[in-house]
Amino acid sequence: MKSSRKLIDENGLRVDGRRWDELRPVKMEVGLLANANGSSYIQQGKNKIMVAVYGPKEAHPKHLGNPDRAIIRCRFHMAPFSTEERKSPAPSRREVELSKIIREALEPAVFSEYYPRSMIDVFIEVLESDGGSRCAGTMAASLALADAGIPLRDLVAACAVGKVEGQIVLDLNDVEDKEGEADMPVAVIPALGRISLLQMDGQFTEEEFAEALELAQKGCRSLYEIQKQALKQRYLPEKEALEAEEKGGK
Amino acid sequence: MSITSQAEPLAKIRSKQMMELLASGKRIDGRDLLAQREITLERGIIEKAEGSASVTLGNTRVLVGVKIEAGEPYPDTPNQGVLTVNAEFVPLAHEFFEPGPPNENSIELARIVDRGIRESKAVDLEKLVLTPGRLVYVVFVDIYILNHDGNLVDASEYAALAALQQAKLPKVEVGEDGEVKRTGEFEKLPVVDTPISVTVAEIDGKLLVDPNLEEENMAQAKVTMTLTKDNKLCAVQKSGAGTFAFNQILECFKIAREKSSEIRRKFFEE
Repeated sequence: MKSSRKLIDENGLRVDGRRWDELRPVKMEVGLLANANGSSYIQQGKNKIMVAVYGPKEAHPKHLGNPDRAIIRCRFHMAPFSTEERKSPAPSRREVELSKIIREALEPAVFSEYYPRSMIDVFIEVLESDGGSRCAGTMAASLALADAGIPLRDLVAACAVGKVEGQIVLDLNDVEDKEGEADMPVAVIPALGRISLLQMDGQFTEEEFAEALELAQKGCRSLYEIQKQALKQRYLPEKEALEAEEKGGK
Repeated sequence: MSITSQAEPLAKIRSKQMMELLASGKRIDGRDLLAQREITLERGIIEKAEGSASVTLGNTRVLVGVKIEAGEPYPDTPNQGVLTVNAEFVPLAHEFFEPGPPNENSIELARIVDRGIRESKAVDLEKLVLTPGRLVYVVFVDIYILNHDGNLVDASEYAALAALQQAKLPKVEVGEDGEVKRTGEFEKLPVVDTPISVTVAEIDGKLLVDPNLEEENMAQAKVTMTLTKDNKLCAVQKSGAGTFAFNQILECFKIAREKSSEIRRKFFEE
């Protein structure tokens, strides 16, 4: 629904007070679910998303197993209370599509050839949703894979770029996503310098598209640093304690 | 839940042959990297549908039927008609297609086609209102895959657009009691843009337009870009468990712009 509300004010500020190239505040954590082999939590804007990774484990049912590599099962799911109006817990067409797109964004980062005939499960639960939940979910999923100790080529960083009142902006929130003129989620595997998720709706000219892609790269670079920080926060103290112990032992 | 797809195994000798050909800029079916397969388009095949079209893209064959009924608008767009796109991977189209509810591939395909039509505003939904907030036209676009030889998205998109362009809108009378009656007269469905999608696959660093099934099985990733008649990008989808370099994506835009205007000129300009 179009509204007459201005999405960028005369000072160039967006509805949540950000400038065009600013990210929303983001918080990431890993290792918070006791049962999962790996887990993570991300809070970005109003997004609150939890991810659990189980595996690698024997593929089940067995015929799903691939003799050359692990298969990945991925579910992106939104809680009934995550949206303005209650969302039916049954998977919607959107969730089915996003589960596929996110799996395909993660797969190129995983050394799945190390685990033939096995299976890695990635469960993404959106507890509260805001704009950019697929990107936040993708980032959190890659963190949970890392937390599970699964060898990765790199983490996967992701953010959306879009067009609001004719201006290319970074990291759309809910209102900008719904009322803006374009929305383009992008995921990047930094070590490979390649794009593993790309979708777009709305309208872009060629110049706008190139500019948006450039801005997405910039956003992903900043988010990638925060992702690494989340892993360090969890594992650096452990590593240091271990090193201290080793030194003490000598 | 989405599970890693098991691509049809390609004989080693076949994939080796494909790679060797690709190294010299040729494809397994003799095409150049940027050449599309031959397209044929036929409109108005199903008389009982308000619009229909069939498209062949090489051996890929798709039929689209458009049905139009009166119904309720979505609560968040009370003054717009409703457009829904659905795709059926009919079992007669391929050995591996099983009957049953839509799977992730058919849902993804329908959503890519939907996005192209919706975001280009090809169907003027504001002209499809009967009683504001209460009664609107609902346009059902049903994609029927009849033979699968790769690039189902583009074949479906062309067929959907052709069927919409050809569709007639049944005039109706709304009675006092809200009863909807067809008058038996028709007008044209307002289709005001011609979004054209172009799918490009990446194999070993090379970009291939309109991949056939063997090439799709070989490719790690493909990307579909849909352009409006003003050459604006209105839908993108990267699909498959692979990656693209940034400059490849920009290159894909250029390819899509050129190919889409060729197809638009040839088949869709009225």
